[in-house]
Amino acid sequence: MTEFPRDAILVVVETGPSGELEKAAPGLLGAAAAVGTPIALVLASPGTGSAAAEEAAALGAARVLIAETSDPSALGVPSVDALAAAAEQVQPDAILISHSLNGRDVAGRYAARSRAAISADAIGVSRDDEGVVAHHSIYGGAYNVTSTSTFGAPVITVRQGSIEARATAQPPASETLAVTPSEKPAARIDSFEEAVAATSRPELRGAAKVVAGGRGLGSEEQFALVGQLADTLGAAVGASRAAVDAGYIPQSQQVGQTGVSVSSQLYIALGISGAIQHRAGMQTAKTIVAVNKDSDAPIFEIADFGVVGDVFKVVPQLISALEARKK
Amino acid sequence: MKIIVLVKEVPDTYGDRKLNLETGLADREASEIVIDEIGERALELALTYADANAGTEVAILSLAPEGATATIRKGLAMGAGSATHVCDEALRGADLGLTAETLAAALRRVEFDLVITGNVSTDGSGGMIPAMLAELLDVPLATGLSSVEISDGAVSGTRPVESGVQKVSANLPAVISITEALPGPRFPNFKGIMAAKKKPLEMLTLADLGITADNPDAARSIMLTVAEKPPRAAGVKIIDEGDAGEKLAAFLIENRLA
Ligand SMILES: Cc1cc2nc3c(=O)[nH]c(=O)nc-3n(C[C@H](O)[C@H](O)[C@H](O)COP(=O)(O)OP(=O)(O)OC[C@H]3O[C@@H](n4cnc5c(N)ncnc54)[C@H](O)[C@@H]3O)c2cc1C
Repeated sequence: MTEFPRDAILVVVETGPSGELEKAAPGLLGAAAAVGTPIALVLASPGTGSAAAEEAAALGAARVLIAETSDPSALGVPSVDALAAAAEQVQPDAILISHSLNGRDVAGRYAARSRAAISADAIGVSRDDEGVVAHHSIYGGAYNVTSTSTFGAPVITVRQGSIEARATAQPPASETLAVTPSEKPAARIDSFEEAVAATSRPELRGAAKVVAGGRGLGSEEQFALVGQLADTLGAAVGASRAAVDAGYIPQSQQVGQTGVSVSSQLYIALGISGAIQHRAGMQTAKTIVAVNKDSDAPIFEIADFGVVGDVFKVVPQLISALEARKK
Repeated sequence: MKIIVLVKEVPDTYGDRKLNLETGLADREASEIVIDEIGERALELALTYADANAGTEVAILSLAPEGATATIRKGLAMGAGSATHVCDEALRGADLGLTAETLAAALRRVEFDLVITGNVSTDGSGGMIPAMLAELLDVPLATGLSSVEISDGAVSGTRPVESGVQKVSANLPAVISITEALPGPRFPNFKGIMAAKKKPLEMLTLADLGITADNPDAARSIMLTVAEKPPRAAGVKIIDEGDAGEKLAAFLIENRLA
């Protein structure tokens, strides 16, 4: 086996239920390529590794290590064992992992096991004389911070949808990774229900345009108005926590402190008051538009274009005006 | 059954939160300090189980600066039986690695069945402490649970992931983390507040736990630079006079956003 490049960046990607790479893969490999040679560790279910490896090469992985778990119902531990084996072989300058739930589990466990330092929730990476540096956006975008490790390769979890850079495709070069199980106790995955991709709308994370609705929409039925405007604009749909709590829309669409952070070109807030925790997830958007019937709503403090009015009057008119122009 | 709930003090998200531009640490003077809401939900889960199952012990563990006693007492007033507060000057600015090592050492001193934490805190947003604890304590881990079932020797729940929803389970002892889909906390009542004053609150230092903050074998995460971004300013605000939808359409078109 040939040596791994000295500027290797180990990128951990998992595969989804149909064997496809996770959605964060292009961004992770794109970020890695800008600071070194991306080497992918593909965490795959049995039989899906080689297809996923080709996908990883097409996204810029110079080499791919395939780890097909022998125990798919063990939660997390096989992935950590694979990462430990891969890091040992590759001796990377940094390890990049998605800041998803599974990604955080793998990163946390691996760092605790190897006593590596973690840079959490990065929105970018760069390199200085000493090594790889992670860039973070803290307190809802109020501060920019950089961090790194005192020594050794930092384990960097990367915020989903935050990286626009994409790497150049590489010729496929993959090998199977030999993993010694750690025998650490794991929780079991007893069953799995795949989410039905019922929508052709863009992903909220990393979307260029977002239309979000709040409690002001009043009901699940009336929340459909948010989707109508989103479809007119080709935007993703977001929501406030109050709208999620009221059951208008699933939690996966929540924007804010404890939801998704977006930095879209356009963010339209409909019937959202603009609580500080909501703003924490959207105030770095380029252009913010708000429609709210309360002229004192805090969302107007950060809106580039604010409309004091009723969403049920303003939005249908907006949709017709936009549709009329398309014709 | 002994349940340990991890709670964390954070700057209140309802206020402006500030970083000290020299140290990169949270400016504690600038904000109200509260228990992280997700930690309160974790405690609520433990207390709900304890209400229905006699003989359940619920204890709080918190790594926090001096002066955190008030927020920890709030957890006791909600109904936890005891609390441990790990406090040491050397923990100021502790990274995830040192935090996890310290919490794991505190957990090793007790025979726990279940450790419950929030999925992510509102200040650090790391969301990795539960995983690190499971690894250090050699117990199973089930993170990001949006519903939880605790039984005698096991815990199970639903775990929403990117591609769908898993049902997961683990034998106890185990570490779990929960999401904000779980119910919010009860309010401490007067009786609870009075009782809290008499409940045991143990203070521990790093020396008590046999931890050194500057262990040369462990890599630490360090902050290199901190910069404040200028706050956003408001733009135009119009009042709908029957044509705001059209005006908004014009704005979007003019700015090439539609
Ligand atoms: C720890 C913590 C974390 C949190 N995380 C998040 C988070 O991630 N995301 C989040 O969003 N919130 C979060 N919150 C909750 C946050 O504090 C607010 O409660 C929430 O954002 C309010 O949602 P809303 O704006 O939809 O509802 P409300 O504040 O009730 O606002 C509804 C708005 O709709 C307007 N309205 C009503 N009817 C109409 C109409 N017909 N036309 C136009 N306008 C109308 C009203 O004027 C009002 O301004 C968090 C809170 C805490 C404590």
